This record gives sequence, structure tokens and C-alpha cells, in this order.
Amino acid sequence: MNIVVLVKLVPDLVEELEIDAGGKSLDMTFMRQIINEHDEHALEQALLLKERKGAEVTVIGLGTEGMDDILFTAAAKGADHQIRLTGVGDGPVNNHALARAYASVLGGLNPNLILTGVQANNDLDGALGPILAGLMQWPYVGYISGVSVGDGRCTVRKEFTGGLIGEMEVELPAVLGIQAAESPPRYVAVSKVRQAMKTMSLDELPAPALDTQGGVDVERMILPEGGEHAEMIEGDIEAIADRLVTLLREHGAL
Amino acid sequence: MSADIFVLIEHLKGQVSDLSYMMLAAGRVLALASGGRLQGLLLGHEAQGLSADLAADNVMYIDHAALADFTPEAYCRTLASVIERESPRAVLMGETSIGADVAGALSAQLNLPLVSLCRSLSGEAGKLHYQSQICGGKIFAEGSLPDSTTLITMVPGVYKPEDGKSSSKPEITPVEAPDLISLRVSLKGYIAPEAGDVDITREPILVAVGRGIQQEMNLEIPEELAEALGGVMCASRPVVDQGWLPTSRLVGKSGKHVKPKLYFAVGISGAPEHMEGAADSDLIIAVNTDAAAPIFEYANFGVQVDALDLMPVLTEKIKAAKGG
Repeated sequence: MNIVVLVKLVPDLVEELEIDAGGKSLDMTFMRQIINEHDEHALEQALLLKERKGAEVTVIGLGTEGMDDILFTAAAKGADHQIRLTGVGDGPVNNHALARAYASVLGGLNPNLILTGVQANNDLDGALGPILAGLMQWPYVGYISGVSVGDGRCTVRKEFTGGLIGEMEVELPAVLGIQAAESPPRYVAVSKVRQAMKTMSLDELPAPALDTQGGVDVERMILPEGGEHAEMIEGDIEAIADRLVTLLREHGAL
Repeated sequence: MSADIFVLIEHLKGQVSDLSYMMLAAGRVLALASGGRLQGLLLGHEAQGLSADLAADNVMYIDHAALADFTPEAYCRTLASVIERESPRAVLMGETSIGADVAGALSAQLNLPLVSLCRSLSGEAGKLHYQSQICGGKIFAEGSLPDSTTLITMVPGVYKPEDGKSSSKPEITPVEAPDLISLRVSLKGYIAPEAGDVDITREPILVAVGRGIQQEMNLEIPEELAEALGGVMCASRPVVDQGWLPTSRLVGKSGKHVKPKLYFAVGISGAPEHMEGAADSDLIIAVNTDAAAPIFEYANFGVQVDALDLMPVLTEKIKAAKGG
């Protein structure tokens, strides 16, 4: 059983985001990027499947700055192979272009299952998983919070709105969009990641000439006005708490 | 290509989603600008009755046993055949467990552009525009829709469900389903949401905790606040994914939709997926250290401090106020 996990970097939303001088894209100069949290869950789900039934887990990410740390962290957690996809350039890549690049190289790895995060916070042309599945003509199911693998097929728990779960059976090979792994992503000590950096290597997989078509044409990016709707309560903690008590009373919540 | 606007009518267990009606309201805006008809796409089995209150000019109804419940592959094949044959101006689907499962694959298979996370649509003189919210609602991206048939996945927030409802039944056109054999994805059954100790959809006062709570042991602080207020705790996705609170306490797209009298949100950024389940609350008070947190767009009152500092003080004052 070969499981491929696709990971990508996304803007860290805890930090302040800025729009560049052109007004059409995010300013990457000081932007902190982190692993897409759903991809982290996809990796966890792959490791859980490996522990349960045995599998080779390969983690692949675009070879941009910051990716090496993520791949070595995956190695320290228990992934078997780590691959940097190269030749895609340093700029932002839309998911259609990325899916085409993956579709042309992933076949060589003979995956039975491709897991990736159900979405990323900067998807503007759809999530990676379903586009990739469409190109490879494989089945896709997203919003997954549980996977078990049987004979040539897997059973998944798919989340619908309101907490309803649909149990679906999917023939392999397939692409799954992971919402959350069955248990929280495991913690790995920094010392183990450092050790992985010393003892393990990253493979490289060159992508074919990048076809960037299929992205969405952005004419303008804007920041929604902060605090436009909420009336902000100012002051020190005591004063704020007093004001909140008054408000709660006025609104019948006390 | 025709000027028609198609809206995928998403339904689950015999109920049309609110977002489907919102998409009809959004689709009407586009149809007026494109000069085409607004058509609903209803896929199901013995489900024609679901079309009764759809505010569409026409509903294409596709009936097949394999469409009785949503599965991505059967939906994808069916939609591909209709879109290829009819070549509409745009197809609206939800940024949901239904729409987002099929939109990307359709885009790849039919080589059509896809605009996701769309919150509003506009147009004049045949030119159509989108506005999408990315980065958890912190950034809006705007532009023109491509000239070809465009697939769009929509998030709630701007349009109202009542604007997509009609008291008169729409015209229905039955459409034959494509071959739906050798399907590789099948539904085995539904699992009802776990009941949990409390039903947060029935609680008038909710203290909602998010990533800003930092660690599990800190949950005692909002718990005490909730107790003082006579309410209960609920949470956004990261807290539940960490296993700190059970799924029965999850508010948002894949959790519960709540409408309490008071939604006191601490350390919640207000990503669209969360607000989908909380935006209808009567009163929202948000505490967050990030002035740019989207939650302040939804909240009636906002406080930009560390919730861990504020809550103990507030809890004592509430206890005192109630005692006196």
C-alpha cells in the first residue's frame, strides 16, 4: 500500500497580511508561511493507516522556502519518503497548475491513495484534491474525518453540515480530501526533527514545464475594514469588564 | 455558450440547504446582468418535490436511483453531461461538502475555470464580477468572470435564503441522467451526529472558544465564565480537532448551526467556516487580540485584549452582579 500525502504552505493567519504595491496579490516579503493545517491532518491520517495496516508513506511538497522543515518534520513523525517537487519556480502557483504538475509525476510513484487537506486558506481556484482527481480520472471524496482501508477499497467518514456523517466506500486508487484525522496531529520534539535533518535526505522530483493556466484572474485585493461592524470597547481590563456587564444586562443576558 | 445561470440545488436527507436558496439569490443577480435564465439543477431520486419553492425560472430535474443520496462521482458525471450539453454562462455550487467535492473535478475534466470561496457576484451590461474571501476572510479578491462557462463555489454571508424562495412553483424540465454504472464511490449509510451531554443549538447563552485559548488546561477559564453566565461552552474547529471538546460542541460548517441570545466568542478569528454556524446569533461579543480578525465584522461588540486576561475579571463581576 503506497500512500502519498501532498502538503503545501499557506499564509499564517495569526500574522498581519498585507497586499503588495500592485494591489492584486499578497505581499510575500514578510509573510510567515506555515503548513496547511488540513495537510497536517492528512499526514496524520496516513501515519495512522500505516500503523494499523502497514503502508509506505511518501510526503511531497513544492520545493519552496520553508518546505524542507515540513518534510523533515514529516520524516521525524514516521513518513518513509520525503520529496520536494522542483522546477515550479518561487512565485505563487495556482492549484490547477499544481495539480497538472502532480498529475504528470505522481503516477511514477504508484500510489494507491493520495491524501491531501480538504482545503487551504488561499485556494481561489478550488482545492487541490478534486482538481488532481479530475485530471487523473480517479474518484475523489472530501471533508473526510476517518479512513479505513480494506481489499482494494477504503471506507471513509465524510462530514456533511450539521454534524451528519456519511459513510462512503471508495474504490482504490483514489484521492481523499482530509478535514481532520481520527486523532490530533502528533507532536514531535524539535530534537527529533534535527536528527531527521542529519540522518535523512530529501528526494527531488522535477515537475515538467509549468503550465500556469486555469488560475483565477484577480483585478484587486482588499482588506475588509477591520472593526467596521463591531463597536469596539476600549479601556483597561476592569473598565472593559464593567462595560460588558452593563451590556449583558441591557441585552437581557444577565 | 448560453447566457443562462445554473445553480446546483444541494439537498441532504430530503432538505434543501439554506445555501442553495442564497445561491439562487446570487444567481438572479448574474442572470439579470447576463440576460439569461436562472435555472436550478436538481439531482435526486423521487425528489422533484424539493423544487416547489425554488425562485428559479426553470428547474432541470434529473432523476436516477444512483442520485438518491449525494456521492461525488455520480453527481460529477451527471453535472458534466448537463454542463457540456447546455454550456451555461456560469454554474453556482456551494463551497460545501457537496459542491466543493465536485467543482474541482468538473473544472479539470471539462477544462473550465473555477472561482472558489465566492461571497458576492455583480454585473452590468453583460460583464460579470466576483468577490471571493480568502485567508479565513481576511482578504477579499475581486475580478471579472472569465469569458467561458465559469464554475463558482459560494460561501454564505451576503445573500439571504428568503430571497431565493418563491411562493409559486418553478417550471420543471425533466432531464435524462447519463449512464451511472460502474460507480467507484457508494454511500453505505449515514451516522447521526453524536448526541453529546448538551444540545448547544438549544442553549440561549454560549461561550465559544477558539485557537486563542492556546492550551487545554486554559479551558477552565471560559468554563467558569459560561457557568457564571448560565450558559455552556462551544468551540471552533481547531479546539475540537485537538480533542479538547467533543464534536457535539462544534459550531460551524461541519458542526452545529446555533442562534443563541448571546454568543460570547473568545480567541476565535471568525473564519467563514465558523461564522456559517454562528452568524445568526442575536448578540455577538468577540474578544480577540488581532484587530484584523474577521470576527469583528460579525460581532456587535468587540474587545481587543487577551481573552485569558479578561475572562477571570469578567467572571467575578458577573457573579457579583448576579449576587447583588
